[in-house]
Amino acid sequence: MLLIKCPYCEEERPELEFRNAGEAHLVRANPIIEQSDDDFAGFLYFRQNPKGLQFERWRHIHGCGRFFNAVRDSVSDKFLTVYKAGDPRPDIDTLLSPAAAEPEPPATKRPRAKKVEV
Amino acid sequence: MSTSTHSGSNRIPGAGRLTPAKTVRFTFDGQSLTGLEGDTLASALLANGIHLVGRSFKYHRPRGILSAGSEEPNALVDIERDKSRKQPNVRATVQEIYDGLKVKSQNRWPSLTFDVGAINDVFSPMLPAGFYYKTFMWPKFAWKTIYEPKIRAAAGLGVVPGESDTDRYSNRFAHCDLLVVGAGAAGLTAALSAASTGASVIICDEQAEPGGALRYESDVIIDGLPGFEWAVTAIAKLRAMDNVNVLTRTTAFGYYAQNFVGLVERISDHLSNPASDMPRERLWQVRAKKVVLATGAIERQMVFANNDRPGVMLASASRIFLNQYGVAIGRKVGVYTSNDSAYAAAIDLKRAGIDVPVIVDTRDNPTPAVVDAARSLDIEVLTGHAVFSAGGKRRVSSISIQPTRGGSERKVAVDALIMSGGWTPSVHLFSQSRGKVAWDAANERFLPGTYAQDCVSIGACNGTDGLQATLDEAFAAGGGKGKPIVATGGPNWIGGMIGSAPGAGADTTVKAFVDFQNDVTAKDVRLAVREGMHSIEHVKRFTTNGMATDQGKTSNLHGLAIAAEALNRPIPAVGLTTFRAPFTPVTFGAIVNHARHDLFDPTRRTPMHGWHQTQGAAFEDVGQWKRAWYYPQAGEDMHTAVNRECVAVRNQAGIFDASTLGKIEVVGPDSAKFLELLYTNPWEKLGVGRLRYGIMLREDGFIYDDGVVGRLAEDRFHVTTTTGGAPRVMHHMEDYLQTEFPHLDVWLTSTTEQWAVIAVQGPKAREIIAPLVEGIDMSNEAMPHMSVREGTICGVPTRLFRMSFTGETGYEINVPSDYGRAVWEAVYERGKPLGLTPYGTEAMHILRAEKGYIIVGQDTDGTVTPQDAGLTWAIGKNKTDYVGIRGLLRRDLVANGRKQLVGLKTVDPTTVLEEGAQIVANPNQPVPMTMIGHVTSSYWSENCGRSIALALVIDGSKRLGETLYVPMPNGVIEVEVTGTVFFDEKGERLNG
Repeated sequence: MLLIKCPYCEEERPELEFRNAGEAHLVRANPIIEQSDDDFAGFLYFRQNPKGLQFERWRHIHGCGRFFNAVRDSVSDKFLTVYKAGDPRPDIDTLLSPAAAEPEPPATKRPRAKKVEV
Repeated sequence: MSTSTHSGSNRIPGAGRLTPAKTVRFTFDGQSLTGLEGDTLASALLANGIHLVGRSFKYHRPRGILSAGSEEPNALVDIERDKSRKQPNVRATVQEIYDGLKVKSQNRWPSLTFDVGAINDVFSPMLPAGFYYKTFMWPKFAWKTIYEPKIRAAAGLGVVPGESDTDRYSNRFAHCDLLVVGAGAAGLTAALSAASTGASVIICDEQAEPGGALRYESDVIIDGLPGFEWAVTAIAKLRAMDNVNVLTRTTAFGYYAQNFVGLVERISDHLSNPASDMPRERLWQVRAKKVVLATGAIERQMVFANNDRPGVMLASASRIFLNQYGVAIGRKVGVYTSNDSAYAAAIDLKRAGIDVPVIVDTRDNPTPAVVDAARSLDIEVLTGHAVFSAGGKRRVSSISIQPTRGGSERKVAVDALIMSGGWTPSVHLFSQSRGKVAWDAANERFLPGTYAQDCVSIGACNGTDGLQATLDEAFAAGGGKGKPIVATGGPNWIGGMIGSAPGAGADTTVKAFVDFQNDVTAKDVRLAVREGMHSIEHVKRFTTNGMATDQGKTSNLHGLAIAAEALNRPIPAVGLTTFRAPFTPVTFGAIVNHARHDLFDPTRRTPMHGWHQTQGAAFEDVGQWKRAWYYPQAGEDMHTAVNRECVAVRNQAGIFDASTLGKIEVVGPDSAKFLELLYTNPWEKLGVGRLRYGIMLREDGFIYDDGVVGRLAEDRFHVTTTTGGAPRVMHHMEDYLQTEFPHLDVWLTSTTEQWAVIAVQGPKAREIIAPLVEGIDMSNEAMPHMSVREGTICGVPTRLFRMSFTGETGYEINVPSDYGRAVWEAVYERGKPLGLTPYGTEAMHILRAEKGYIIVGQDTDGTVTPQDAGLTWAIGKNKTDYVGIRGLLRRDLVANGRKQLVGLKTVDPTTVLEEGAQIVANPNQPVPMTMIGHVTSSYWSENCGRSIALALVIDGSKRLGETLYVPMPNGVIEVEVTGTVFFDEKGERLNG
């Protein structure tokens, strides 16, 4: 079971509280009614499903209820970052740079008692 | 030599750590035996001179006890507390004995000593690896009917219990700074070190006693204390600390992402009379900031002919049985080794007064110190020799020794043989953590290489040799400050051999077992290579090496080495099979835990549920809901009851519990705009107090949900959804509101459980409820069909909907849930003299089908558009955007040849079609026929006096009046295509 940080609650919570909501940064055309068949097919059906880093949506459905985005490595399951819906897509190179990896792991930031039984 | 008669003739007085006075009675295959408190089943059996414990999987060979730990492949037994608490394949080396323990051996008939299945051993040349795959292929049908059932009955070990498990299991989540797996010298030191810094620590060990190898290493001094004494002191110290949780009898079985580790704690399997409220096992789901793996190493057997005879055992196991349990595994014990560690075992045995006639060492030049130590005790040491074969059947009786370079054979009589092929570091959990192992060529072992998580391996599992080096490494891993712990003595994990020993090489046909539990020999592995299996993954599957419940803890490396030799490739090039969870078998009970029976899934009940029960209603499950299905009266079957309910609704009135409908309150200045985008219908112009039937699509244009929406105010809508659709509709709405249309000022609230909904439907509906309602003008003019008003009923606030899912004049009374039952009862009492009849979901389904009203998910299947369902009228013609608007323009969705909803009438009105039945145009065409549609809803309609059905049929709307056919096993049913409305086609009754 993964621990996922909700960018709204600013806290790591167990995966059970979340629901994956598919690939992030898919743009619903405006006006959608004028979108070409090919573009609409791409929006509706075609997904990246990369081996490695992927941008994906999550919903903290049994928590604050908010949708947010995350960058996760589909091989190691490691989350590189989470960010609010509507925030720009983060730059992968910046995320992977040693400077970005520097901030302390989220677990030490948690202002909680040591033993938490959920 | 004197013997203790109380706890077995092989108990050595003064040896071991058990208390002789504390005896325990148990039975093995009906034979009553005595052991000591603290014994494992294995040590107690050995104390009683019993080595023969089971029969092997395939050849039914007699098998004994190989090890003293969880790696045991052979000594699997069946333990039964009672009929429902029965566990097969229990390792005798793990199970502790208790008073009244009942043990049965497995895979033998009629008895352990005389087993008919042992004939397989005689015919074994005809049963090589892959035998099943090649032999039982023809004829094809026979696999399912003959071969598989027979093979399944003949093979296998324990028998699965036939009854549901009545034991309880519990579950805990825990967070800690450091999780230490293994409480041997390394694990204890790491835990002490970390705990001294104030860190929160969990330390677990699969054994009842801490210490790991310290339980048998006789020459270790740590911190001035004998090794085991130090371990006991260390555990006591840890237990006394608030920031440490010590878990014994606890196996770390799985290592998952983000340092999430699964542990199973065995709570009561070792107790004679566990309290009834005591769980059998506890599942721990631990999230650790850092994991320390101190999992040790597992000794390997020597691979030589008949190395599976009872009495042939790992050298370290004989030391545990002696030094921990005070049990001599034999009186005349031979030793066969390829490394130094077995010498210590020989010396321990000899010192305990056991005859050790010979140490056979495959090496030409073993470490002089260990050889000298053995010889000084008058033990003969033969270097450059090998045991070519073990004699005896149900117990080893002799060993045949030859020089490794060939020469004359010598036979030595023994009643037990201990062996050591060297030590395999336990990298299982490290590998599960997705770490990559590295091949240590010098010492022929896989060690932790690249780490994937915040985790560290220490001691034997890290290939660290020497006790002091291990303790230093462990202390550092714990992050403690100050003086490391000082130790002397201790084991050496280096050396040994992998693959077949002399005498069991490629030129031989002997049965030298690699995998005891799955009966895989060195010969089988070579056969697999000859048959073309060149990847270790294929060799593994072809031979089943390492695929038994022990997961190849003693066999994997041997199998790999033999395959590599046969392939003439280096071991790392042949590869290592993946280690997967669980490390040792985990009960389903621990995993399933509380999620059984009533706790498997929540049950949702409406506020009126109790009333339905008092009326004798039958219930059906709809999602998590229990819904009243029909209300049988005395002597009525379902059919009769449902017919009565349907007729009553049309002639007088019916009362129906619609509380399960999903309800969402949509509030805010942009509510109407939001609904415009989520539904196909127009909403901006819907008047306050009016209702509209709405259709919700997915972006692809297919129907997702439907329901009636009421406008309570300019900025407030009461949305209803299907019973099963409520959560996903809410999710869908939130998704669009938050991510696509965040500019809209709207709030969504699920109110499903806040409102009880009482539907009163039928010509007398108004007459029944009007006297109970206050503050609402219920006249036809003031409150027409499809309107909503707020007022009170029976003094309770209500949202009164005038709407109908039956085609009759009808109301849906929404009242706060707490008042649901009281209002329901008041309405029922008031209506009963007028013929008001409770009806259930079955009648509801029929009544709506008579009117051609669809049920999403029954008459639609996720590929049906509003046009397909005959609901084009519900699409707002002038709208420029809503979810699904673009999807509906897709070429395939506007093309001809789509399946459309129609009605079907069977030519014989008494025939009721089967839902799901396929429809064809020409019943005389050859099979396979071209199917043009299927029946989605089908019922007997008492009100119509005939059967009715709805169906999705290609170009259905153009086929009205056509005759189609439904081929069934008993013949072809002829049907006429009709409109979807079977009753009151003009819909006049709605406005009554």
